[in-house]
Amino acid sequence: MLTNRSKLVVKKEMTFAEKIYLPAILSGVAITIKHLFRKKATVKYPEKQREISDVWRGQHVLKRDDKGAERCTACGLCAVSCPAEAITMVAAERKKGEENLYREEKYAATYEINMLRCIFCGLCEEACPKEAIFLTDRIVSTDYGRNGFIYGKDKLVESVDERVDVTKRQTPAVLAFKQQKRLSHNK
Amino acid sequence: MSEFLIYKLILVGSVFGITLFVAAYSTYAERKVAAFLQDRVGPDRAGPFGIFQPLADGMKFIYKEEIIPVVSNKFLFVLGPCLAMLTAMMAGVLIPWGNTLIIGDQVYSLQIADLNVGILYVFGVVSIGVYGIMIGGWASNNKFSLLGAIRASAQMISYEIAMGLSIIALIIMTGTLSLGEISAQQAGGVGGDWNMWNVVYQPLGFLIFIVCAFAECNRTPFDLPECETELVGGYHTEYSSMKLGFYLFAEYINMFVSSAVISTLYFGGYNFPFMNDLGLDHNTISIIGTVVLFAKISFFIFFFMWIRWTIPRFRYDQLMNLGWKILIPLAVFNIFLTGLVMILLK
Repeated sequence: MLTNRSKLVVKKEMTFAEKIYLPAILSGVAITIKHLFRKKATVKYPEKQREISDVWRGQHVLKRDDKGAERCTACGLCAVSCPAEAITMVAAERKKGEENLYREEKYAATYEINMLRCIFCGLCEEACPKEAIFLTDRIVSTDYGRNGFIYGKDKLVESVDERVDVTKRQTPAVLAFKQQKRLSHNK
Repeated sequence: MSEFLIYKLILVGSVFGITLFVAAYSTYAERKVAAFLQDRVGPDRAGPFGIFQPLADGMKFIYKEEIIPVVSNKFLFVLGPCLAMLTAMMAGVLIPWGNTLIIGDQVYSLQIADLNVGILYVFGVVSIGVYGIMIGGWASNNKFSLLGAIRASAQMISYEIAMGLSIIALIIMTGTLSLGEISAQQAGGVGGDWNMWNVVYQPLGFLIFIVCAFAECNRTPFDLPECETELVGGYHTEYSSMKLGFYLFAEYINMFVSSAVISTLYFGGYNFPFMNDLGLDHNTISIIGTVVLFAKISFFIFFFMWIRWTIPRFRYDQLMNLGWKILIPLAVFNIFLTGLVMILLK
């Protein structure tokens, strides 16, 4: 009664028109037949895809820098921030002569995301100090088994010649947020 | 004599085939109609617009694992779906699928058997149909199945009374039990000879009949025997593979036969307006008449589906109230009214 929105339930006798059901049935039938000719809400998926937002959060990508070296330094902040605990990694030390492969002195030898656990919240991207992981507008494809959904570095790291565009997700609000994080070491 | 047998065999074969075909495509139509009424597209992957969906469904049913529960009564468990299917198919024998065809000097009737007790036979066969459900539900040795079976038998027996009474008024009017003659009486209709379909004279009887037909076919709003929300699957909870397929299929055959009976009794059967004013020869009119009959049947099948996706299920007490306290008195009143008018007209 605090909000005055609760309604008192009255169990009143049905009128004759209600008792014989027919008027109600006729009005119901009229409603359903109207829907028969209505535009269908279905999107026929494989042939047609729904338009998705610019900031859509889909399959992840591990970015390389301009020279083609992996940005990830295996700090583990993404794994820590992940609410679904979908990310695991094993760190390794960069050897001499691998400077063109890995940007930092420590890198991720293995990096796995379980796409069945992932909830695509984007917290890994937010936590990453190296701008290494991003969510993209790609949709994670289906598979028959569970193992197929554990994406390793082979699927996650972008190839040198075919860079994945993540600029669409860099909205002014995101850039302002990153400014605050003062990622001077990434320049 | 052998010619007669061959002709009847061809007729029986084609009616059997058409019934199965229509029932198979009713399952497809049901899903399509349901989808369209809910702003969806429905099955559209198997062939263009999904027209091979019934074949795919049938294949799936056949290749599914067949499970017979250990605690069930195996003989009755198998007998249930057979009986449901058998009785569903049997009623189609009496429907006049069209007027006569004259080839040479031979007259061929498009009705397999024109019994003089036609309607009674239909009722008899339909009421055996309840045994298929009852036996299946009981033999499963499962509480939900048994509850579903009890509901089914109670419902079908209650509504059969009102259905029979609603027919009596029609019989008083037509003076015959034969479906062939009832069809023939409604010939013409609008056009040169004014002769209305029975529904014009018997609107109340038609209303009672169609409500009871819904209940007899266990269709929504009377689908209590198999309501998923309460009884898992009702009488066919324990069934799998093609035996389940037979139960579901029998429901669609029943729907087809009910639609045919409704069309024949109340909507002129194979007759259509202006049929005697077109000046066409007898055989052409007969063929058009058969097409018209199937159009009427298709409409009623659509109507069955339309209602299913409009009205929610009745509660059990509402169902019994409607059957015993409303429909039966109404049907008796209808008999009284029809009898009175018939006496006054004489």
